[in-house]
Amino acid sequence: MLIGRRLPHGLVATIGCGSVAAAAALSLWLAGTFIAHPPRSGEFSQTLWTWMNVAGFTPTVGLRLDALSLVMIVVVTVVAFLIHLFSITHMAGEEGYGRFFAYMNLFVGCMLILVLADNLLLLYLGWEGVGLCSYLLIGFWYKNSANGRAAMKAFIVTRVGDAAMAVGLFLIYASLGTLDIADIASRAGAQWPVGSGLAVAAAALLLGGAVGKSAQLPLQTWLPDAMAGPSPVSALIHAATMVTAGVYLIARMNVIFSLAPVVQGVIVVIGAATMLLAACSAMVQHDIKRVLAYSTISQIGYMFMALGIGAWGAAILHFATHAFFKALLFLAAGVVIQRLGDEHDMFRMGGLRKQLPLTFWTFLGGAISLSAVLPVTAGAYSKDAILSLTYLAPTELGRAAFVAAMVGVLLTSLYTFRMVFLTFFGPSQGCATGRRRTAEAIPLILLAIVAAFGGLIEYPQAHFGWPSLARFVDATAAEPSGPAADSMVHLIGAAATGLSLLGLIAAAVLYIGPRRWPARLAAGGTGAAVHRFWLGGWGFDRLYDRLLVRPFLAAARINKGDFVDYFYRAIGETNLLLNALVARSQSGKTRQYVAGIAIGAILLVAIMVLL
Amino acid sequence: MILAWLVIIPLAGGLLAVVLGRLSATAARAAALVAMAGELALAAGLWAGCGQMDFSGRPGCWLAELNYPWIAPLGVSFHLAIDGLSLLMVVLTAFLGLIAVLVSWREITQRVGSFHLHLCLVLAGIVGVFLAVDLFLFYFFWELMLIPMYFLIDLWGHEDRHRSAVKFFLFTQLGGLALLLGILALYFTHGRQSGVYTFDYLALQATTLAPRAGMLMMLGFFLGFAVKLPAFPLHPWLPDAHTQAPTAGSVILAGLMLKTGAYGLLRFAVPLFPHASQQIAPVAMAIGVAGILYGAAMAFAQSDIKRLVAYTSVSHLGFVLLGIYSFNMLALQGVVMQMICHGLSTGALFVLAGLLQDRLHTRQMGRMGGLWAMAPKMGAAAMFFAMASLGLPGLGNFVGEFLVLLGAYQVNIPLACAATAGLVIATIYAIWMIQQAFHGRPAEPYRMPDLRVRESLVILAMVVALLFLGLYPQPVLDTSRAPMEYLTEMMSRPVTRANSACNELHALRSADGNSTTASGRGGGGQ
Repeated sequence: MLIGRRLPHGLVATIGCGSVAAAAALSLWLAGTFIAHPPRSGEFSQTLWTWMNVAGFTPTVGLRLDALSLVMIVVVTVVAFLIHLFSITHMAGEEGYGRFFAYMNLFVGCMLILVLADNLLLLYLGWEGVGLCSYLLIGFWYKNSANGRAAMKAFIVTRVGDAAMAVGLFLIYASLGTLDIADIASRAGAQWPVGSGLAVAAAALLLGGAVGKSAQLPLQTWLPDAMAGPSPVSALIHAATMVTAGVYLIARMNVIFSLAPVVQGVIVVIGAATMLLAACSAMVQHDIKRVLAYSTISQIGYMFMALGIGAWGAAILHFATHAFFKALLFLAAGVVIQRLGDEHDMFRMGGLRKQLPLTFWTFLGGAISLSAVLPVTAGAYSKDAILSLTYLAPTELGRAAFVAAMVGVLLTSLYTFRMVFLTFFGPSQGCATGRRRTAEAIPLILLAIVAAFGGLIEYPQAHFGWPSLARFVDATAAEPSGPAADSMVHLIGAAATGLSLLGLIAAAVLYIGPRRWPARLAAGGTGAAVHRFWLGGWGFDRLYDRLLVRPFLAAARINKGDFVDYFYRAIGETNLLLNALVARSQSGKTRQYVAGIAIGAILLVAIMVLL
Repeated sequence: MILAWLVIIPLAGGLLAVVLGRLSATAARAAALVAMAGELALAAGLWAGCGQMDFSGRPGCWLAELNYPWIAPLGVSFHLAIDGLSLLMVVLTAFLGLIAVLVSWREITQRVGSFHLHLCLVLAGIVGVFLAVDLFLFYFFWELMLIPMYFLIDLWGHEDRHRSAVKFFLFTQLGGLALLLGILALYFTHGRQSGVYTFDYLALQATTLAPRAGMLMMLGFFLGFAVKLPAFPLHPWLPDAHTQAPTAGSVILAGLMLKTGAYGLLRFAVPLFPHASQQIAPVAMAIGVAGILYGAAMAFAQSDIKRLVAYTSVSHLGFVLLGIYSFNMLALQGVVMQMICHGLSTGALFVLAGLLQDRLHTRQMGRMGGLWAMAPKMGAAAMFFAMASLGLPGLGNFVGEFLVLLGAYQVNIPLACAATAGLVIATIYAIWMIQQAFHGRPAEPYRMPDLRVRESLVILAMVVALLFLGLYPQPVLDTSRAPMEYLTEMMSRPVTRANSACNELHALRSADGNSTTASGRGGGGQ
């Protein structure tokens, strides 16, 4: 595909899109087979070849498909296919069209390797591959060096997490003697008691990797900047690939995390904190894509909370629904941005409801799903699952997390509808140009349908006997999360709906019409400070800049000449100096020579006498 | 006899080149090209024919051997032998030698015949270093590769070539002196003990050494090899030499000459002094980690693209040092992978840097920028090798680094963790290089052609090799398994040395030539 530059665009699009379509079709077919005839062991597996074989260390290039990875591949391939379809026309006319599709396909391919790998080393290959592709795609418009900087930031920050994960791999191999995921699960359970130091260390190191990839505290800073890439790339990073890898890793290695309750508590705290912080930041952004980026961070916070309390299935369920509505929101935002001539600032949009009706309605569908205003939407369903499971969690931490989650619901709805109202309502400020393209419309509509009604896949389980997706995934976990008490669940659902409605109304009051309140709030002393603080993502960027980046750069600048070399250079200089001194004595003046000889002789005699 | 040919072919090619160089430059280039192609064919044939046999470098267990008395009164013999490790190194030498000739095709226009003579002499010296098992002969080849290299830098190098060449020469020569002292001390100790004065590697292995004397001799060897490697505080010759050398010189320096240091440690410093090596292992590992971190950080600080790549070598060879002194199979196999893959990836980066300098007449990355638009193939190639350099899984370097770290972790957890941090710094310098040279806006209005056919082929060969090694490293690992197993065995019980087992095995194999593998296994079991 890299040579695709010379190929006609049609062919590039066909190859790029067709391959992903084939993958999507294949994974849907697999899903059908899997559900209709569940394999006895609960998984299909296939070993392609032994990657390497060193002294009993035999990682394979082997794939394994169980319920968890099945859900992942279906979501990844379907969403990725729709995004590819969207990109055919969205990216038309861009320089590097072939390069774009090559990177996108590689991205999806790496993600599939990641979720299908049967051992951690192959998973790590997919993991790093995803990181590479995000770097390549965020920096796709390479001529602007700001994009390059964003891409580098994404790669470097995630590599920090990856290094932790690599150490985790060493630790697991050193103490369990294998990197095969199934073997790790069985051996860890047998060898590590609950809460043992090794289990905690292993879980914490893996968490380091997950936090980096999934943009959670404290490594979340790369994601808002990752908006530098084209919109389909953002959609792919946020929905189907990359950021969800961390969620997958924790769900996949749930055995180890179950053995480390401390780390699970940390995950809950990280999830809740990230969720609230990012939601606050989302409320004050001007750039529509940055709102969505912070929203992603925040929603993944929800997934982490679910993972932390051991609700693996609920986390994956939220991943699946999030993939659909977030892809939808990004693609719709991409349409808006492109039609307005690359305008990102929501305050310069407005009134687009009439100009871009299809985009508006689909975006609204996504927004409703994200904010969980209507109980039937996909987002509402998965969020309710997390809320009720958090509530039922037996610990104090769970209780606190539940409160945080409820606050998060309010904030989510607030920033979502702020975005909707700013963009599509109010006075029109710009004029949308260009015409609607069918290839962009189809994915939008399909995604909107899934986002709006995807919850149905869960909802009527009692009525149709359809297996609940969350339960389906949970079956792969060591200890499935318990069933929720029904009445409580309904109550929580109702409360959440109420909160998000409150958010909607608040957003409507604040942002439809003259927007006096927000302006006044942002103008005041404290208000302005908070506004600036949230806008800048809670100062993490500045902190890291001061703490790490600048000292590193300064050290690099100071030591450019290599201080070790100074030592050797000094030896050389000293020799030259001595040489010069001695050379000066070779003056050709006989008197000096005679004097030298005399002094030498006297000294010699003196030494002989003294000794 | 095949071993002698491996040394003779490059020598003959070089001589032919200098003769033909009087007629036409192309003829000289062609002579060197044919010689290196022949060398590669020979080495590859040897590799293909070796199968799964156990030629581990145990006494008698060589894949091929050649032994003529040379200076009999001093116990010096012309003794060449090849095992799995040296075989891999020779194949790498032939491959990179071929590439070095190809990349000089347009770059070298002055004294072409003489240039190729020096190039081939260096290569012959390196092959000799990888094959010699007589310490005198080894030292002879060690010096043989040094002197023509000095001239390559001094005569065909860039603006600051004289100073760099002298610096290179002084550093490696002083290291060589330490090595020579070590060799002589061992020679005399062994002679006094057994009454037989010999430089033979296997005979010297049987010397019993007082701990203090053993440590001193080992330090002599270690110093000699550590300068070449280069280990952390001994590295300053490297950035200058690599930067100022012509492209072919940089490829050979980084790809091969540094490997002679690592090879020397694996072949001589450790097996001859297992006990002393065990003692300095923690120090050596720490030096390795210091090199990883320091080299990577220094690479980032550079503005000259060749200098940047040069410092990455310091970092990557730190992994080699860390792995060697971990003394377990995982780490040692990782070392072999790292040596080969570093040769390919860094060699390729030097080729690309050379092509850039040839086109733009600068190595300053601040004056580049936005080159991707003009030369996408070159950009993609640079991206690929930068990724290999930062250890992206799926490419060969990852296998090496991961195995080294995995092995080192079992020995020393803090050092392994610190070394893992090097992966992050590697990311920074690698993508910083891409960012400055290929991304962004052009700093100056350049016009330059993309890769030409010959250049594309060179790059493509290296890309394919790295991908293959990254996804299926087993052929290399199988070849190096036996020697590395021997080494770990030796380190786990340094005092006793299993001489007899392998001789039996050898006898069995020659008696029953038909089913060599089966009998090999049987012999090993007895």
